[in-house]
Amino acid sequence: MPAPEEVSPDAVSRRAPRTDRTVLDARDISRALTRISHELLERNKGATDLVLLGLHTRGVPLAKRIAEKIAAVEGAPVAVGELDVTMYRDDLRSQPTRRAHRTALPPGGIDGKVVVLVDDVLFSGRTIRAALDALADLGRPSAVRLAVLVDRGHRELPIRADHVGKNLPSALAERVSVRLSEVDGTDEVTIS
Amino acid sequence: MKHLLSIDDLSTDEIIQLFETAADMHDVQGREVKKLPALRGRTVVNMFFEDSTRTRSSFEIAGKWLSADVINVSAKGSSASKGESLRDTVLTVCAMGVDGLVIRHPASGAAVQVSQWVDAAVVNAGDGMHEHPTQALLDAYTLRRHLGSLEGRHVAIVGDLTHSRVFRSNVQCLTRLGARVTVVAPPTLMPSGIGAWSAAAGFETSYDLDEVLRGAGVHGRPDAVMMLRVQRERMSGAFFPSPREYTVGYGLTRDRLALLEPDVPICHPGPMNRGLEIAADAADAAQSVVLEQVSSGLAIRMAVLYHLLAGEPEGGIA
Repeated sequence: MPAPEEVSPDAVSRRAPRTDRTVLDARDISRALTRISHELLERNKGATDLVLLGLHTRGVPLAKRIAEKIAAVEGAPVAVGELDVTMYRDDLRSQPTRRAHRTALPPGGIDGKVVVLVDDVLFSGRTIRAALDALADLGRPSAVRLAVLVDRGHRELPIRADHVGKNLPSALAERVSVRLSEVDGTDEVTIS
Repeated sequence: MKHLLSIDDLSTDEIIQLFETAADMHDVQGREVKKLPALRGRTVVNMFFEDSTRTRSSFEIAGKWLSADVINVSAKGSSASKGESLRDTVLTVCAMGVDGLVIRHPASGAAVQVSQWVDAAVVNAGDGMHEHPTQALLDAYTLRRHLGSLEGRHVAIVGDLTHSRVFRSNVQCLTRLGARVTVVAPPTLMPSGIGAWSAAAGFETSYDLDEVLRGAGVHGRPDAVMMLRVQRERMSGAFFPSPREYTVGYGLTRDRLALLEPDVPICHPGPMNRGLEIAADAADAAQSVVLEQVSSGLAIRMAVLYHLLAGEPEGGIA
């Protein structure tokens, strides 16, 4: 069931049938993720001690894709997990109860590891704030980094991404939608 | 869902959603920091007017792991023992700004009655011989972990049906999830008027445990067996001649255990009367899921408190 801020592609097209503008297509997304993978490897000097944690919903497939690309370059698998931050959100109380998702850490845990949070869109920064709180309950990483496919601005907290697929200046009223084949059947980023 | 008073309050979709949330909550038990901030600032009061170990402590831990403030009020040691009415006790507690009220009471219907007096979300933790919804949810959740979907699976519920709120909630929950249910009890412990209910709800009744375990009943061999406690504290008359005779007819003895396939889960809501309704061989068998029911209960109660208290009041499940 989609959380309130995630609007399904159908709903977007119903609301604004003509104004959708594709800013990233499937090949752009793939290239951006390839670049992020290389940046991560370069910054971390290899894939040892690296743990990729995808944030539900669309961060999870993105983390898996980055892990595949890193594995292809390094020739060894990299630890991937998924993180659900529903319980840590600051707007739990003002909305109908949200369905929680699964948090799954790789077998080695996150203690002493370099954790890379992976999400689709960086907007207010509140999801990442919640993710940092969740991480503190799960262990003590040696460092936490943030990789996002799209940074659309409008931060409400002092948070920034270390690795960005595309900076997308947007108006507050605009809607940025990321669709991924694993979840939505197609790969694209649109703004409307 | 504003309160959880009866399994009837839940749609089948809501039951499945509670199971999914419970599965997420289950992982928290294995963590080093067993704490989620979802209910920070909420207050939950456990009001227990009947003795309880597992239900009360599991509601207490569930609330605490979700960061709620949990207070226990029991009949012994509260003003109820000075003669205060249930209504006055409940209103007094709720005047302190309580968000959730978990109540167990010896009178059937107490939870429903209380829910009409207060604004707090009320969870029925057992009311007399009426319902015990979280027990039914945790039983079904445990069985799903072993059997997968319960659609078409056969569950035998055996024992003191007359006095059992666990049985009343479980029959509703299991049949809703598509399970075929056979209830087994001596004629004296079969609730009067069960015929009309079983016909309407579509479950079978039997007086012969051996026949059911051997698969000679209508639904064939059971995929799971649920033993119920003989509730001596509720028995005002003589329902069977002697404990020994009950065990011979309706206890899960070593001989009856041998009739079951080794992968058929054995449930018991606890506390167990070892040697009466369940032999030690069965209670400690590898296929016994009694302790797993306890940890499932924690996950289910976390899920229930989360769904009732985390979102805006009157909000549904998004």
